[in-house]
Amino acid sequence: MKKFSIEPVFRHGFLMFVVVFTLVPIFFTLMTSLKLFRDIISGSLAFTPTLVNYERLFDPSQSNFLRLTFNSLVVAAGTMVIVLVIASLAAYSLSRFRWRPLWSGLLLGMILFIHMLPPVTFLGPFYLIARSLNIYDTVLAVIMGHIVLNLPTATWILLDFFADVPKELEEAAMVDGANRFQSLTQVLLPMIQPGIAAAGALAFIFSWRDFLFSLSLTSTPRGMTIPVGISSFVQEYSIRYGEMAAGAFFAMIPALLMVAFAQRYIIKGLTLGALKG
Amino acid sequence: MNPSKLSPTPNQVGLSSRLGKFIDRTFQYWTVAPLVITLLLLVAYPSYQLIRMSVSEVDIVKGETVWEFVGAKHLETALQDPVVPTALKNTLVFVIAVVIIETVLALVISLLVSRSNHFVGLYRTVLLIPLLVPPIAIGTMWRLMYDYNYGFINQALAVFGIAGPTWTADPQLAMPSVILVDLWHWTSFMFLIILAGLESLPQEVNEAASVDGASESQILRYITLPLLRPTLLTAVMLRTIFAFKVFDEIFLLTGGGPGTATEVISLYIYDVFSGQFRLGYASFLALGLALIISIFVIFYRRVGQRAQA
Repeated sequence: MKKFSIEPVFRHGFLMFVVVFTLVPIFFTLMTSLKLFRDIISGSLAFTPTLVNYERLFDPSQSNFLRLTFNSLVVAAGTMVIVLVIASLAAYSLSRFRWRPLWSGLLLGMILFIHMLPPVTFLGPFYLIARSLNIYDTVLAVIMGHIVLNLPTATWILLDFFADVPKELEEAAMVDGANRFQSLTQVLLPMIQPGIAAAGALAFIFSWRDFLFSLSLTSTPRGMTIPVGISSFVQEYSIRYGEMAAGAFFAMIPALLMVAFAQRYIIKGLTLGALKG
Repeated sequence: MNPSKLSPTPNQVGLSSRLGKFIDRTFQYWTVAPLVITLLLLVAYPSYQLIRMSVSEVDIVKGETVWEFVGAKHLETALQDPVVPTALKNTLVFVIAVVIIETVLALVISLLVSRSNHFVGLYRTVLLIPLLVPPIAIGTMWRLMYDYNYGFINQALAVFGIAGPTWTADPQLAMPSVILVDLWHWTSFMFLIILAGLESLPQEVNEAASVDGASESQILRYITLPLLRPTLLTAVMLRTIFAFKVFDEIFLLTGGGPGTATEVISLYIYDVFSGQFRLGYASFLALGLALIISIFVIFYRRVGQRAQA
């Protein structure tokens, strides 16, 4: 067999350095969020953890973070549901039926187009649309922006999953007397559950983490989401490190949960979405 | 439930089954309709508005949108605007730097991970985190890291008796500091794509070459890297396009400063849009950015097609 070699030691040493580099800012933020101001200033590693920063953040009399959390949840969940409905129906239609290349190409081309453009391009038109629909500064305006943001990846993921379901299954269901709607909801959709999970998880996360749409389509806590709250907090009180850190760490929790529980789906979804583009 | 099922008169049965057949026959259109409507309302119409805005002055007076056609006025403004060339230059420096560094880093990391049997899950898991956390949280974290007095970096340097610089407030260091944060955020993206590409390569070729006496560096140079070329091209193209979108972290870390040291194009467009409230001019600049990116995409697709041929 192979001789002992020094190479794996260097290899894993380098990779562990990458791991540490990735984790240090998160760990430092978590530590800061658990410190009193005097412990932050002293920079000592020996301190008594406190939740006071989180308490202050979520105290409605001191900050609107609770309201923003609620908005963020509504926006992310709403975006996820709407995007899943639109994308799964469209992916079904485009993968199960014969379409003229012109039409399917036009649709997929437009989806690619919005995936490529910086969100800043949409700001002006979306602002005017939100104004004229009277939804400026509401969660609806933010959801509108997030639908555009999340449609491409969700559609690509679901197209890929639909492509793997054999056509015969649907035909068998229809021979048994099901109509197309029944065969879609009772046969096809249950078969692509992992795809729906991946697309849904990504839509939720990418809505939760968006900043620009919420920043430009809202102006008060009525429709604002967490990232905008953190950003204005940071710019207003650049010295209140503890609460800054608590806000940042709190905003990362959904991502950390996803990494822990839905990792495989998310990696598949991310790389798929990327390679389709 | 369905009354025609309970008391089937011939006429009703015929009608509902005909309707059912009609829906079945046209089901392909019903199911794609929501997407078509969404794209028309939220992509096609906004694109038309964007073009219209870029040749107009748009203002909101008492809740009413007021349009005034101004033709190529915004083009003249842009040509004389001193911030535009600075923002373009900063954007190019940023995009080129992050794409090159992240590609090299991600290639090295994914080659090393693909040779490993241990800890692969750990590497993958940890490197997924930066892609999912909110960029604003990333900006906040690095603000804390870079803090002159109490930041991790300067405190760590102080242990070695080094007085750390002001990082994001230093005109020379601001751009490198922002680039470092982007490396933290986006190297993972390239890593996941390249690793997926490496894992889909046929193993037999490597084994055959190794049996024929090829060294590991020869296999890498003459087999792995050429086979990986299409993946690398895609990854580089995507990363380039996404790098043009950079906004959140810079907004929070430097706001484009100090001076205009980190003012990138999307940050400037936002400032014209929101800070100066010049909707028409902002739309003109946004249209320009969209054109630059479209040219990039077409260029890369050409290169990609040639690479595959």
